Amino acid sequence: MLRTGFLVSLVAAGISLASTAHAQQKTVYMPAILELSGPGAVSGTNFRDGMLMAIDEINKAGGILGHKIETPVLDTQSDAGTSRAQLQKVLDNKPYVVFGPVYSGSVLVDMLMTQKAEIPEIVGGEAAAITQKNNPYVFRTSFGQQFSMPKIANYIRDSIKAKSVALIWVNNDFGKGGRDNFTKEMKDRGIKVVADISTESGQADFSADVVKIKGANADAVFVYLNEEESARFLKEAKKQGIKAPLIGETTLLGQKVIDLAGGAADGVQGHVGLTVDAPIKAVQDFAAKFKARYNYVCDHNGIKGYTAVYFAKYVTEKVGKFDSKAFAAKAHGLTITPKEEPGILMEAMWDKNGDIDRESFLGEVVNGKQKIVKILPMLSKK
Amino acid sequence: MASFIQLLVSGLATGAIYALIAIGFTLLWQTSQTINFAQGEFVMLPAFFVLTAMNLGAPYWLAALIGIALAVVILGVLFKAIIVDPMIKHGVLPLVITTIALSLFLKESVKDFYSSQAQPFPALVAPRDLHFLGAVVSLQSVVVLAVAVASVIALHLLLNKTRLGRCMQATAQNPTVARILGIPVGRMVLYTFLINGVLVAIASLLISPIYLAKFTNGETLGMAAFIAAIIGGFNQVRGAILGGIILGVLDNLSAAYLSSSYRGAFPLLILIVVILFRPQGLLGRAEERAV
Repeated sequence: MLRTGFLVSLVAAGISLASTAHAQQKTVYMPAILELSGPGAVSGTNFRDGMLMAIDEINKAGGILGHKIETPVLDTQSDAGTSRAQLQKVLDNKPYVVFGPVYSGSVLVDMLMTQKAEIPEIVGGEAAAITQKNNPYVFRTSFGQQFSMPKIANYIRDSIKAKSVALIWVNNDFGKGGRDNFTKEMKDRGIKVVADISTESGQADFSADVVKIKGANADAVFVYLNEEESARFLKEAKKQGIKAPLIGETTLLGQKVIDLAGGAADGVQGHVGLTVDAPIKAVQDFAAKFKARYNYVCDHNGIKGYTAVYFAKYVTEKVGKFDSKAFAAKAHGLTITPKEEPGILMEAMWDKNGDIDRESFLGEVVNGKQKIVKILPMLSKK
Repeated sequence: MASFIQLLVSGLATGAIYALIAIGFTLLWQTSQTINFAQGEFVMLPAFFVLTAMNLGAPYWLAALIGIALAVVILGVLFKAIIVDPMIKHGVLPLVITTIALSLFLKESVKDFYSSQAQPFPALVAPRDLHFLGAVVSLQSVVVLAVAVASVIALHLLLNKTRLGRCMQATAQNPTVARILGIPVGRMVLYTFLINGVLVAIASLLISPIYLAKFTNGETLGMAAFIAAIIGGFNQVRGAILGGIILGVLDNLSAAYLSSSYRGAFPLLILIVVILFRPQGLLGRAEERAV
């Protein structure tokens, strides 16, 4: 009887200890809304994997201000309506910060809700409109189109020396934003857009579009599509023997597109906002860790996800507490160097709109690999 | 002219694949009154059988054979035994709803067990261009067209020139009379499911190098083939072929010569016109219903 009583006490003590330890493990709720399926799955899963890697690193090192990061990942199915519904679910649990989405169309819908709830949202979307709505709660970890398109336009004028250009773009918020900014920049530089072709998200057959581009006889072709469509377009362009240089912005030169397109991506040139092939040691170390963990080569969205978490960590530590409003106020105008926060990988500055400024690159695809040929300085340091 | 030829060949190749898938719709409908809304996912799945076999070390040709065999067993035999036979007793509508559920199950399973990302898929032939009347036509398009046409001809010969095929047609036209004549109706119905398994596997091998293997491929393909089958005539194999070809060619030509922005609208426009003026489809047979 005595022995039984002792055993019961031991079990009770064990349970009590376990519950105390659980109670002491403080967490901060920072959910992610990402494209894990649908046409945006490549972008969303890269963002997620980079983000989860950073979260594991931070949690192993003790978390943020002693709190472990708790990040459930919800799937938008690459659909703005679903994204909104998923965000509503997490807002009910009062998050500190929200990560994602990557698709600009979803971001444009979601950011109204996070603004109303006064929760910072660190997004992967690149449409210019995202940071042009005076929303103090939205932050990017990649260039907006208003920053990347002038760079690509200068490249087309100065390096390609093109007088005319054919443009093919995807008919979603990302594509429309890119198209509008690109045509404006071309007009400013006196370069004629001789073909302006919209395509559908998820489109499989590009033969008609390539025939149109060939007929336009432009000096260069600017391709602004999502990953899979980029690969399908490149295959068709090679099949039909397009001779004009194919120019892209980040996505077209991404490793996933190169892998999917096979040899068809060779010769593609353009501006790259973020890349694991950047000649920067911190970025290359990150790429090696990512490859070792996930067994695939990370694209720019993986870097967006990874740096988003370290950005949140740095800002929170500067604020000194978990205060969403104070986070948003502190992050504007902030510059983070790799010396202060190694996880940020490259020096980055956030302006009053939540746009990011940092170095970027000019690259080309050679033998199935992206090759960086030039580093472009931060816009604020020109 | 050169552009037109390129677009025509490319459209014919895509249309021939739509036709293969649409034939499956018509075969199952004729023999067992099954409208299979998972038909698109049936085309998506064999590509992942092939990729899995290749990941395990099988060469492409062996992996392709494994893919076809698995498609016949899983999408033919098991589909009939587990889904169609128990559900058809309750009528067409419950079966339709079940196939919609099956399509979701297959899609999500591939996403979870393989990958949500598109996968490169090997082509039947190495990339090479053929020059014809000033047009550059890819060998891949020509091979896709040739394989699809050969498959359709083989099916036509089977259905019309063999005793087995005539038994299957008799079963499709009137199962009661066919049974009285001593035709094993159950077995004939099973054969149509097996043929559908082979057709979707061939379509998968042909389309995946172009579309890339992805769990969502079935959505587009299933819808295109369904529209093709309705345009051509849901109760005629030759109607499905015509519908597929019309859809593939029209998609390319309208995108090039009319508007690429509205390319998705043209097939639907034709569908509406066909339903309004010839609801049985271009080559379909009008069916009378008691109620």
